[in-house]
Amino acid sequence: MGAFLVRRLSINVLVFFLITIAIFALVHKTPGDPIAMQIPADQLNSGSAEFIAQKRAELGLDGSLLTQYWHWLTNALHGDLGYSLLNGRPVTEVLGERVGPTVELMGVGLLVSVLIAFPLGILAARRRNSWLDYGATVVSLGSVSVPVFFVALIVIYVFTLKFQWFPSSGISDPTNPSLLNTLHHLVLPALILGFGNSGPFMRYVRSSMITELSADYVRTANAKGAPPRRVVLRHAFRNSLIPVLTVIASNLPQLLAGAVVIEQVFAWPGMGQLAVSSVNQHDYSVIVGFALLIAILVLMSNLLADVLYTVVDPRVRLR
Amino acid sequence: MTAEQIPGAAAASVPGAASAPGAAAASVPGAAPAAAQRVGEAPLLRIDGLSVDFHTDDGVVHAVTDVSLEVVAGEIVAIVGESGSGKTVTAMSVLRLLPKAAEVSADAIAFRGTDLRTLSGSELRKVRGGPVGMIFQDPMTALNPVMTIGAQVAEAVVLHQARSDKKAAWQRAVELLRLVGVPDPAERVKQYPHEFSGGMRQRAMIAMAIANDPDLIIADEPTTALDVTIQAQVLALLKKAQAETGAATILITHDLGIVAELADRVVVMYAGRVVETAGVGELFATPRHPYTKGLLASLPRMDVDVDQLDPIPGNPPNMADPPAGCAFHPRCPLARDKCLTDRPPLLAIGAGRTSACHFSEELA
Repeated sequence: MGAFLVRRLSINVLVFFLITIAIFALVHKTPGDPIAMQIPADQLNSGSAEFIAQKRAELGLDGSLLTQYWHWLTNALHGDLGYSLLNGRPVTEVLGERVGPTVELMGVGLLVSVLIAFPLGILAARRRNSWLDYGATVVSLGSVSVPVFFVALIVIYVFTLKFQWFPSSGISDPTNPSLLNTLHHLVLPALILGFGNSGPFMRYVRSSMITELSADYVRTANAKGAPPRRVVLRHAFRNSLIPVLTVIASNLPQLLAGAVVIEQVFAWPGMGQLAVSSVNQHDYSVIVGFALLIAILVLMSNLLADVLYTVVDPRVRLR
Repeated sequence: MTAEQIPGAAAASVPGAASAPGAAAASVPGAAPAAAQRVGEAPLLRIDGLSVDFHTDDGVVHAVTDVSLEVVAGEIVAIVGESGSGKTVTAMSVLRLLPKAAEVSADAIAFRGTDLRTLSGSELRKVRGGPVGMIFQDPMTALNPVMTIGAQVAEAVVLHQARSDKKAAWQRAVELLRLVGVPDPAERVKQYPHEFSGGMRQRAMIAMAIANDPDLIIADEPTTALDVTIQAQVLALLKKAQAETGAATILITHDLGIVAELADRVVVMYAGRVVETAGVGELFATPRHPYTKGLLASLPRMDVDVDQLDPIPGNPPNMADPPAGCAFHPRCPLARDKCLTDRPPLLAIGAGRTSACHFSEELA
């Protein structure tokens, strides 16, 4: 298992470097002087020509493209992604304070989607072609085909305006920023995010369970006298997880995309909101930082899928 | 190993033949020698008038039609036939292990006098893996790939414990694996199926089947998926397990060599019906159905020098559209006009013997 992980990890590192080259090319091609992205705006405006030239030399911006890349990469790896063009704050700091809320939203959203998809998928597989199965299919189709913002607006109308059960914007009440209050704010956006992602997950669980339930070892379990619950959960479900976990892990970037929209609707102060405003305001240094973060997220998701594989499938450990 | 056994078996005495002639008069094919020997004793398993239909896109497939058989305590009954003859479906229907799409009807499927069809789910589960153990054909797929061998064997034990005791079940799993000849069982019990060879997996399957000291073992082609060299070992193990537990065994196979080696009594199936039943010695000595005769003629023999084997011409019938009359007539050397239209009934042709051929007398 150790060798397996080392191999997967090194592949991911390699891919990461390829991505940094692509992102660096993006930095290089952005309009304006690259120095503007790498020193705070006030220094840029007040500094003398000599100061700027000295900084340029320090940052390697007067060197070849290769040295420029090397400088940019080493800085990035040390957590220095330059400064926001908009307010001069370090990009790492700007991104850093947005990661938490987004991870929170995605985490709970993922949990919700799994809690919807797994039971529904298992039930649909066990009662194939029943009304329950058709109903689950309709719900899952609905969850992917109805736009998230539309669902969000309906939900806000019903639960915020009509019943006033849940707040519709922000991460917590500024006067009362307790955990409970944050959770209260999280309910609607997380439910909508989770519901929107549950459809494909449910379809995968269903088809994977249908395959596993007709497997020979399920018949063996039945022949041993195992009760249906045990046959389904202990035997078939654990096997059905093998493909499903890959789908879920590789779907994490998709989940982030959904979170971006939901953060806009619910004024959730996460990365998605930041990305949208940065794009609108041409804050290239933040956009670059965002691109790097997404690259890491995607790679980590794949790595996570590989690790989960080895956990649920003992056969992988040998490879 | 298979070929040498046959001549020997053919020469063996006929078990139970000629005893209790009264029993032979019954048209129930299961009223066979071993049963007749123990007059008054209720059979361990009695299948009466079993039919199984599958509804497919090509129409209704009668996988099994009007099959009756009996198994008494301690005997080994082989069900023989080609692929698609209905032998596996017959065996699976005993513990109701067929897929939901199967339409099963029968006058009785009685185990120790209780009709298994009337049992509730939880009552049935007490029988499955308890007094009735099953061994499946392909040990590559019949074991759960994500559970250790020990967990799977111990599960068979735990499920039938009065009080759940996982530690005792695990110890019993180790002991069972030792019993079936898995080397170093205390260590191998922690391994996953993919770390076991095919033969070792089948040993683990046998360990599960005998975990709760069954009265009946149903073995569905237990050696078909194995290498020839491993087959002999597993057969020897099956024999040993049967001897030690004293369990009656239904052995489903298409390999007459295995039948000769293990079985007391043989039920030959063709196209979903029983075509001949006999004690193993009689069957090999004087087959009374042309299909059985064909099966035997297609076997290589060590004692007779033959230049060529005689395979049965043609193919098994399409079960969605079986031939009219006798289902075997398109392949039968004895077929006459009558065979094209009249399906021969399964009739007693001697003590504990039945045959479904219009011309079984000609074969005597």
